[in-house]
Amino acid sequence: MKRFEIVDTPIDPQTYSDLVLHPAAGAVTVFTGHVREWTHGVRTLYLAYEAYIPMAEKKLAEIGAEMEAKWPGVQVAMAHRIGELKISDIAVVIAVSSPHRKEAYEANEYAIERIKEVVPIWKKEIWEDGEEWIGAQKKYPKKGSGSK
Amino acid sequence: MITVHYFARLRELTGKGEESLDRASLTVEELLDWAEETYPGFGKETIHVAVNEEYARKEDVIQSGDVCAFIPPVSGG
Repeated sequence: MKRFEIVDTPIDPQTYSDLVLHPAAGAVTVFTGHVREWTHGVRTLYLAYEAYIPMAEKKLAEIGAEMEAKWPGVQVAMAHRIGELKISDIAVVIAVSSPHRKEAYEANEYAIERIKEVVPIWKKEIWEDGEEWIGAQKKYPKKGSGSK
Repeated sequence: MITVHYFARLRELTGKGEESLDRASLTVEELLDWAEETYPGFGKETIHVAVNEEYARKEDVIQSGDVCAFIPPVSGG
């Protein structure tokens, strides 16, 4: 079990929480990002995630180092799942411990924002009437414009 | 020889996950131009290039032996 990893099996958040817990930690925040069924009125059937695994793990570790520099005393573990994920599956987990709660909350939110900016992971949404890789040039089908 | 990786939309567009380019060296910008010419619809304006697992600038020079990846806009989380 690594502190910064891409996995292709279901994520157990407790594993990552345990990795960052230590006697000086007074707070642990655990964020889990889940597959959402409805986005802007469009129904997702499932998601497929893909990653450039070695670079993605390196970037996760870099984000962890940024957090430890910005909030001294925090410890971080994060994982992102790839492959096909169903509605409500955990796509990403971020566990942060710190001596006091404020830093654990702040650093945790920082991590998810940075993941969305720099980590080479891609999401494909599969709908009832189509599919698309999601990126900065987000496109969603107009309601009723499907092929069926 | 330069190795290039394709992911997500680009993997589907090119129909391959990776290939080798028989070039001694070229810049990141030249690599993007090559990809756009070779694969119409590549969309180089929105794509970053990683060289040896680190984001590179357009003027950076890629050498034989380097491993490159085209990084379309990311959407993790």
